[in-house]
Amino acid sequence: MSFEIPEDCRYLSSHEWAREAGKTVRVGISDFAQDELGDVVFVELPDVGESVEQEGAFAVVESIKAVSDVYAPLSGTVTAVNESVLDSPELLNDDPYGDGWLVDVEPAGESGLDDLLSPAEYREQIE
Amino acid sequence: MTLRQPPVDHGGAKRTDFGGWEMPVDFDSIRQEHAAVRDAVGKFDVSHMGQVTVSGPDAARLMQRLTTNDVAALDPGEAQYAAITDQAGIMLDDTVVYRLSAADMAEYLFIPNAGHDEQMTEWWTAHRDDWGLDASVTNRTEEFGMVAVQGPDAPDTLAALTDIGLADLGRFSMTSATVAGSEVLVARTGYTGEAGYEVLCPWDETPAVWDALDCQPCGLGARDTLRLEMGFLLSGQDFDPETEPRNPYEAGIGFAVELETDFLGREALEGVHVEGPAEKLTGVVLRERGVPRQGYAVTTPEGDHLGHVTSGTMSPTLGEAIALAYLPADYASEERSVRVTIRDEPKKAHTTTPPFLP
Repeated sequence: MSFEIPEDCRYLSSHEWAREAGKTVRVGISDFAQDELGDVVFVELPDVGESVEQEGAFAVVESIKAVSDVYAPLSGTVTAVNESVLDSPELLNDDPYGDGWLVDVEPAGESGLDDLLSPAEYREQIE
Repeated sequence: MTLRQPPVDHGGAKRTDFGGWEMPVDFDSIRQEHAAVRDAVGKFDVSHMGQVTVSGPDAARLMQRLTTNDVAALDPGEAQYAAITDQAGIMLDDTVVYRLSAADMAEYLFIPNAGHDEQMTEWWTAHRDDWGLDASVTNRTEEFGMVAVQGPDAPDTLAALTDIGLADLGRFSMTSATVAGSEVLVARTGYTGEAGYEVLCPWDETPAVWDALDCQPCGLGARDTLRLEMGFLLSGQDFDPETEPRNPYEAGIGFAVELETDFLGREALEGVHVEGPAEKLTGVVLRERGVPRQGYAVTTPEGDHLGHVTSGTMSPTLGEAIALAYLPADYASEERSVRVTIRDEPKKAHTTTPPFLP
């Protein structure tokens, strides 16, 4: 089975992605993660303005069969949350790198972004 | 510990340890597999289920004394659901007891849950010896595979593979048949609430029967959501002699207890029946977002502890989060407002009487 690993993202080993877009960084879970979880049925997100810490649990994703914490790929402040995944959690399965994004984060001074895995490194980890 | 392997190779599916067996969780997605069974038809490899046969002059007596239902009421080719209880009336397992026909391998067959086959075989032989009964007890779990075909189109799907008249096979009946060229036993039983059959196949012929069934393969994930929508019990989770010791009245299967018969645990259960159980397994439906899971606390709206969830999921059919929880008996008989504690947050919910499906 081959999983999608977009070149424009970087990855945390716990299967979250981060994609820089101007001043903020968009965050979600990887194709591999959504496949492992199966049908996602519930998402719990932080509030805008909350701080997140790299490798700290900041959200919860539940599939029919499992509950999973989601870890922040960088440190910073949440500037936006994807309200549509609250009503339509299946977006995480259908489009994990697009409509299934979770939050936007404004990076802290030491965000840790540079420590993330490259697409090639992440592919090596899951294959 | 090496996991026991089913007779069918499910290489492509995600698998998990279920009662000591490595069984498929899902083949495609739980939602897709669940919908196939509710709307059309799906097949399950349930070879993890045990098979124990009992024969001999005292076979009927031994079965009667170790299961809660009335084994004497069974004619050949008939089956019944029953609990297996200890002296205190605590459920060790639940099972289906089949009375076989004269030409079959034994007089009785019963189906313990995954991983209970050895324990139940020992329970049967130990009591047979204690009571001085003349019966042979044989664990045949690894002689037989089992394939369930379930859903409104299951009769058509199975009919295409066999020459017997499935229409004549009533609920909880069993017959021998040839399916896809194999000599099997077909029972009109299941764990999904839909029409369907369970096919008991010689171990080595199970893959041929599995492959011949032309329908959606389904894993344990869908099996769990399907049974939970019906409020069917999962042994080891909704009751368990160690972690969730419950009697059949608490677990809501009093219909499978026949107090007029003589069985182990009867006296204890007679007392429960007269008094009524203090707690009952109750349906809970969440009114807020979230998924109730095993072990989550259930409280009053004011936060007073009432009980805990034993099984919970997001119902694919209803799109609602549903659960079973042991609650004070008055919560089982009418709709009451409760809270389910999810990650320290009380979530609004109400009680209901299973099945959850209308």
